[in-house]
Amino acid sequence: MKLSIPGRIFRAFIIIVTGLYLLGPLYGMLDFSTKPLGLEGGRTLRAWGAIGKNPDVISSLIASFSIAIVVMFLIFFLVVPTVIWVHLKLPAFRRPMELICLLPLAIPAIVIVVGIAPLYRWISINVTESPVSLSGVYAMLILPYTYRSLSAALDLVDVATLAEASRTLGASTMRTIFGVVMPTIRSGIMSGVVISLALVLGEFTISALLAFDTLQVVIYLLGRQDGKIAVAVALSALLFVFAILFAIPTTKRQRVILDADVA
Amino acid sequence: MSNSAYVQLVNLSKQFGKVRALAGLNVDIAEGELVALLGPSGCGKTTALRALAGLQDLDAGQIIVDGKDITFLAPNKRNMGMVFQAYSLFPHMTARENVEYGLRMRAHRTASAERSKRSSELLDLVGLSTHANHYPHQMSGGQQQRVALARALAIQPKVLLLDEPLSALDAKVRTQLREEIRRIQLEVGTTTVFVTHDQEEALGVADRVGVMRQGILEQIAAPSELYERPQSAFVAEFVGLTNPISATVSAGNAEVLGVRVPVVKGSIESGKGLALIRPEWFHVDAGGTPNARIFAISFLGSTCRLTIDLSDGTRIRAQVPSSGASNLGTGTSVNVTLKSLPVFVKGA
Repeated sequence: MKLSIPGRIFRAFIIIVTGLYLLGPLYGMLDFSTKPLGLEGGRTLRAWGAIGKNPDVISSLIASFSIAIVVMFLIFFLVVPTVIWVHLKLPAFRRPMELICLLPLAIPAIVIVVGIAPLYRWISINVTESPVSLSGVYAMLILPYTYRSLSAALDLVDVATLAEASRTLGASTMRTIFGVVMPTIRSGIMSGVVISLALVLGEFTISALLAFDTLQVVIYLLGRQDGKIAVAVALSALLFVFAILFAIPTTKRQRVILDADVA
Repeated sequence: MSNSAYVQLVNLSKQFGKVRALAGLNVDIAEGELVALLGPSGCGKTTALRALAGLQDLDAGQIIVDGKDITFLAPNKRNMGMVFQAYSLFPHMTARENVEYGLRMRAHRTASAERSKRSSELLDLVGLSTHANHYPHQMSGGQQQRVALARALAIQPKVLLLDEPLSALDAKVRTQLREEIRRIQLEVGTTTVFVTHDQEEALGVADRVGVMRQGILEQIAAPSELYERPQSAFVAEFVGLTNPISATVSAGNAEVLGVRVPVVKGSIESGKGLALIRPEWFHVDAGGTPNARIFAISFLGSTCRLTIDLSDGTRIRAQVPSSGASNLGTGTSVNVTLKSLPVFVKGA
């Protein structure tokens, strides 16, 4: 349906205001990070050039993106199949599961840290000191967001009938989940993944308190030494995340990926 | 129990809480036959179909197909094609991919070229070869159900299960697709179970119709036999229209409207009762001794539906050919008698 002229004007107004609201801070960051030190005029890329030379930044970037990849893997192969399984096979358990998944929202990060600190102490001593071990706690933190988006997507389509159709055509339960249900609710899955990715790359409290050098922790530490480098790192990380989000497969490619069932 | 039955449902029982969906259902279906299970909501027909597909566990009973007990076999191992009431096409796949899905899922995957050939044949069979690359959202409800039918047939199922496949469609498409389902079933020869609550659909498409009530089969027979010789008051009243008219039964005959007619099996054996008369079994004559008056006439094309008040105050609905109704009108006094056909008489 075609919008009326006042409707189009209102739509353009909303887009412009929202764009300014979102892009304004980014422009501020860019402006600040490219200003030279002191009272000199002009622009400089000193802070941006320093990013590649700082080993802490590089290692924290690698750590954070490794965590993000592990978390995405956990979402795809653990969280999503579990939510679908409960939705299809254990509908009576949906309510308790929703409550469990929402718990990380209700529990303050500091309480979570106090609870898991002894576990991570043991992991650091006996298993690994790598920040990638944070994937476990992050996979728990993202549950409220992934569960809500998955649940909403599952409620939109009659996945139970689709699953039954798939089963009668000879597919196993796992093939049905990966080959039929997941592609059907791909928008919900991608929403959950995007939100989770943003949360994982932006998380500070837990990693700082558990003394892991993730990107946010390093940005914070850098900010105490050189604010411009810290802002440049933060902005580049943001741009990198945006690039990933735009690169995430949308239709055909995504379909191929999700259709690659466990055959 | 017939030994020649291809599908045997033996004493199927299922309880959902306090509701008894199946209460010892027994049905035998011959190979290549199309059987419709008909009944009101909650009679257990869908539960029976889902049990046959393996999608519903049973409390008791046995399901035998082609001589093999499949009661506890997983649904993906039964080789049953099923068409659901809700359009159940996979939304991320084209019509062709949907049809090929079952072939891809087989233990020994069908070769790609053969899959493509088979899907083309089936899409052609359902008249949708030009829609092979369309996604479900690009097709109408009727087209989607045709693709669902092609998908179910692609795996060459032992039994084709149709769970109210036409109920979400509009009346015209429903009639077209019903006829198409019958044509395809006859062409392919697959044993088929068709569940519906629409008697016209069941009578119009099936070799035999099983009328279900409260989890059991009341009667299973050919459509004409079911209509003309119902064996219970429920079947008589559920299938088609009936007029309950006072009758007296004795020695296997009933006297109705002054005419003596035989009674069918299941009727009361003697005494007063109510004969259940089909609208087209009345003979309405404007020329005889009047014993009734026409209250209203509805023109239905080739036939006319007459609402008639008998002299004893009973209101009946009769159906006569339109060609013979030219001299009939509202308020016309008429003589109503009964054709000499067997009737079902229930207790008063």
